[in-house]
Amino acid sequence: MAFSSVFFLIGIVVVLFGEGWPVFAHVSLSQFLLGRRWYPTSSPPQFGALPLILGSLLVTGGGLLFAVPLGLFAGIFLAEVCPPRGREVLKPIVELLADIPSVIYGFFGVVVIAPLIRNFLSLSTGLTAFTASLILGIMAVPSIVSVIEDAITSIPRSYREASLALGATHWETLHRVVLPAASSGIGAAIILGAGRIIGETMAVLMVAGGAPVIPRSFFQPVRTLTATIAVEMGEASAGSPHYHALFSLAIILFLFTLILNILVENLIPEGRRRVR
Amino acid sequence: MIEENNLKRRYLAQNIWFTIFWLSMILIAVVLGSILYFIFSRGVKVINWEFLTAAPRRGMTEGGIFPAIVGTLYLVLGSIVVSLPLGVFSAIYLTEYASPRHPALRAIRTAIHCLAGVPSVVFGLFGLAVFVKIFGFGVSVLSGSLTLGIMSLPVVITSVEEALKAVPLSFREASLALGANKWTTIWRVVLPSSLPGILTGLILSIGRVAGETAPIMFTAAVFYTRGLPQSPFDPVMALPYHIYGLITEGTRPDKQIPLAYGTAVVLILLVIAVDFIAIYWRGRARRSRKW
Repeated sequence: MAFSSVFFLIGIVVVLFGEGWPVFAHVSLSQFLLGRRWYPTSSPPQFGALPLILGSLLVTGGGLLFAVPLGLFAGIFLAEVCPPRGREVLKPIVELLADIPSVIYGFFGVVVIAPLIRNFLSLSTGLTAFTASLILGIMAVPSIVSVIEDAITSIPRSYREASLALGATHWETLHRVVLPAASSGIGAAIILGAGRIIGETMAVLMVAGGAPVIPRSFFQPVRTLTATIAVEMGEASAGSPHYHALFSLAIILFLFTLILNILVENLIPEGRRRVR
Repeated sequence: MIEENNLKRRYLAQNIWFTIFWLSMILIAVVLGSILYFIFSRGVKVINWEFLTAAPRRGMTEGGIFPAIVGTLYLVLGSIVVSLPLGVFSAIYLTEYASPRHPALRAIRTAIHCLAGVPSVVFGLFGLAVFVKIFGFGVSVLSGSLTLGIMSLPVVITSVEEALKAVPLSFREASLALGANKWTTIWRVVLPSSLPGILTGLILSIGRVAGETAPIMFTAAVFYTRGLPQSPFDPVMALPYHIYGLITEGTRPDKQIPLAYGTAVVLILLVIAVDFIAIYWRGRARRSRKW
């Protein structure tokens, strides 16, 4: 039983490749990865995943734009600036943000944020890559905060003391000594945030608008890998090329998150790694 | 004089930055507050006794969410049945048996971290291919529980491991010195002492499982069922999927959106309640700890 996680991880890989590979009888690998048309139900079906890959990357980049400054500053705040009593109140707030189900974020995005953005920017729809980035950015904040807080508190006290003893202010110590020493942890936090966003399904499915075309602007609807799998798996009959193509999308997604995971592992020293 | 100005400037920089840090934290709190405010202010008035105890009526435009509440509870319980034994035994092996430098340990740890990073929708596909299709369980409570159980495995293993590690070595040594063997020591000494920690981890995983939508979309949940599931092989309604369905399906958004608000309130309250129980339990366990 101890090896169950190894077993399941291998199982996932086997299933994804086993179910995903057959699609390459219908479409070549380069057509799949670089094709610009995703029309899985037309005849003949076209499986060009590029719009979906770019959609995922766009909302991930956009989400990080919101999540990184906010998460970085809040993480520094909790680790360095906040008085201990305040931390007892504020940490649960961040944790609660992490525990709100993603479907609730999606719901909030659809009924509150999307109309606001549509009216404010006078767009035809508020369901855009920008809206999705905003919501996904908020969702990624808690994991970023928690990794950054860990990274900063793991810096030895003596570093700070040495800097303060030389006459540096608290901020100078933080910005010249503590943050550089914690830089690999900060990198890990950003990458972990990216992994969270790229794998997020429900919120992005509801908020991003869902158009499987190559995004030309931040303010138009996009479709991500995750959303495509979630919305199309219901209608794809088992064993059809469409079904296999959706598993192939999952392979791409899995490889993305695997690479991000490996990067995080290498940035956080053994013994300080936690499952979040 | 120059010195003093310089010092002022240095402290000014500090004050500006620290204010920015403060504001970021406040912004996060405001975001959380506004999400909760918008949903509660519109959802609470939908909730009444009928909403909580009746089934949906008239094509999802009236009635309650009782089947979805029950479905979510079934899925949560089912996932625990899967993840608890696997998680506890994995954690026991990792902390008590494997020597820290053993290559198997590394493999397991890497697998746990990779598994934790796998997107939830990928677990959904895995569940669809393996449990729904290959094992032939169909779209059912059983398939969904297995999928969710596997998904929550990393969290459960990690929290059980932390609970086991918190038990002092002297406890184990005392038990071994009395002649107990390794397994007896674990079963009679280590596990009972770490029980509160294990339960806390379990409760935290409940919060996550209850809110997951993507893994159950193809494995367990349907938008509408006639009555409650009669066996583990029946599909269920679930709170998160119900919210999704109310927004994206059906023809009467004017009547469905208020119901979605009400369902969202119930789901958030469930998650918050679970969090508070976990925090309370952790605090109580810490206070009553005998070591």
